[in-house]
Amino acid sequence: MASVLDELKRKEIVDLLARGKRIDGRSFDQSRPLSIETGVIPKANGSARVRLGDTEIVTGVKIQPDKPFPDLGDKGIFICTAEVLPIAHPDVEPGPPGEDVIELARVVDRGIRESGMIDMSQLVLEKDKSVIGIFADNSVVDHDGNLFDACSYATTAAILSCNVPKWEIQNEAPVLVEGHESDPPITTIPVSVTMGRIGEHILVDPNAEEWDCIDARITITTNSDGKICAIQKGGNDGFTVEQLLKCADISASAATKIREKLKQTKG
Amino acid sequence: MGGRESTLVLLDKNGIRCDGRKVTEPRRIMIKAGVLKNADGSAYIEFGDNKIIAGVFGPRDVHPKHMSNTDTGIIRCRYHMSPFSVTERKNPAPSRREIEISKVIKEALQPSLMLEKFPRTVVDVFIEVLQADGGSRCAAIDAASVALADAGIPMRDMVCACAAGKVADTIILDVNNEEDQAGQADMPVAYMPNLNKVTLLQLDGVLTRDEYKKCIETAIDGCKLVYQIQKKALTDKFFENGGDQ
Repeated sequence: MASVLDELKRKEIVDLLARGKRIDGRSFDQSRPLSIETGVIPKANGSARVRLGDTEIVTGVKIQPDKPFPDLGDKGIFICTAEVLPIAHPDVEPGPPGEDVIELARVVDRGIRESGMIDMSQLVLEKDKSVIGIFADNSVVDHDGNLFDACSYATTAAILSCNVPKWEIQNEAPVLVEGHESDPPITTIPVSVTMGRIGEHILVDPNAEEWDCIDARITITTNSDGKICAIQKGGNDGFTVEQLLKCADISASAATKIREKLKQTKG
Repeated sequence: MGGRESTLVLLDKNGIRCDGRKVTEPRRIMIKAGVLKNADGSAYIEFGDNKIIAGVFGPRDVHPKHMSNTDTGIIRCRYHMSPFSVTERKNPAPSRREIEISKVIKEALQPSLMLEKFPRTVVDVFIEVLQADGGSRCAAIDAASVALADAGIPMRDMVCACAAGKVADTIILDVNNEEDQAGQADMPVAYMPNLNKVTLLQLDGVLTRDEYKKCIETAIDGCKLVYQIQKKALTDKFFENGGDQ
C-alpha cells in the first residue's frame, strides 16, 4: 500500500538513476561513510558502535564458558543475535523478532561463521564437556537502511576488540583465572557488501529510501583473501547470472577499504 | 559448513561421490502433482531421501486484514519440518532456521506469480518436510512451484531449484546431507528457466570467483533438469495420455 509520497519518491529515485545519480549524491559503488568505535561498553568483553550513514548499531560481545554442541565437542560456540530497537524507527514495535530480523541475525552469523573468522578449535576447555562461547548481540538503535552490513561490521569490530578471559578446569568445572586475558584467535576478516538492484542498476549499500524501492538485493561476504564465503539473495525479484557475477566483483572491490578500516579497530 | 574432519571419502579417485553418483549427477527426483483433496493445488516430491509435500490455498481473503494490499495480492509461505523428519527428534515449534527458509522460499516463488491480478488476496503456500536430506529447501521450492501451477494461479514461469557445492576441491551438482556437513561449500539456487533469472541464491562455504561462477552454472544446469520433471508431473496430471497434447 504505497502512499502517493512513496510513489513520488520512487519515481524520483528511478529518474535520478537513469541519469547516473543516486538520491544522496553517492556513486553506484560507494558505501555511506563508516565510523567504528570500539570498547564502548566496558562491561562487555568486546563492543562496538558503528555508524553507516545514519544507520547506527551497538554490538556487545560476551564471552563465557558453555557446553559445546553435541556433534561439535572440539569447537567453541558462536551465537549471533540482532534486535531492532523501538527507538530505531517509528514503524518498529517491541516484541519477538519477525522474519526480517531473524534473517538479519542469521546472515550476519553466516558471514562470521563460514569465513572461519574465529578459530573455534582454540576455544575448547575440555573436549566434549566445556568450551568457550562467544555471544554477539546486535542492537539497532537507528535504522536508515542496510542493517545487514552495519550489523556485520559492528559484530566483526566487536569481536576484533575482544579480550578473551582465561578459564581452567577444576573439579570438572571451569574456573576463571584473573588477569590472564588474551586476543581472540582470528584467522581472517570477513566483510559483507550488500547491493540492491533497481531496474538494471546495482547500488552498493542502499539507504532506507533506496531500500524501499529495490527489486532484489544480495549480500556477498568475502574473506581477507578476497574469496567469497557467504551469500544471501533477498527481495521480490531475481538476478541474471551476469548481474550476479558483476555483484561478486563489486563486493570484492568495495570490501577492501572497509577491511582496512576494520583492521585498525583491532587491539 | 566449513570443512569438518571426517573419515568419509566424499570423492574417490575415479570421481565417484559418497553415494555412488558422478560429479554432475543429481539424486533421483520424482514429483507428483495434485496429491491433496482439499488444497487448491498440491504436489509431492521425493528428491533423494527428501520427502516433501506442498499445498497451496488461494488466492483467498487475507486474515489478518491489515496484511492485505489494495495494489496486489500477497504470498505467504511456511516451510516446516516434521519432528520425525531427521535423525534426532526435532522440536515441532518453528525454529529460526525454518523462519529464514520460509522467507527465502517466499521470495524465490514470488517473482513467478502474477499476484497483481488479485489485489487484497493472499496465496498461502504450506510446505511440510516429512523426511529431510540435504537440499530440502530446493526440493521444497520444486514441489511448491508445481503446487502453484496445479492451483491454476497465473504464472510468468516455473521456479526450479537445485544446489551445487564444493567437495574435495571439486564443484558438484546436488549436495546431499553428508556432503553438506563435511564439504567445503553449499550453494542452493532457484531459477526461472524461461525468464533466465535467479530468484534464490545462498552460499555457506568458501569459493573463489571462478568457483562461484562454475557453481552457479552447475546449479542452473540442475535446475533445468528439475524443470523437465516438473513439467512432466503437470502433464501427467492434466493430460491423461501422458502429455501428448
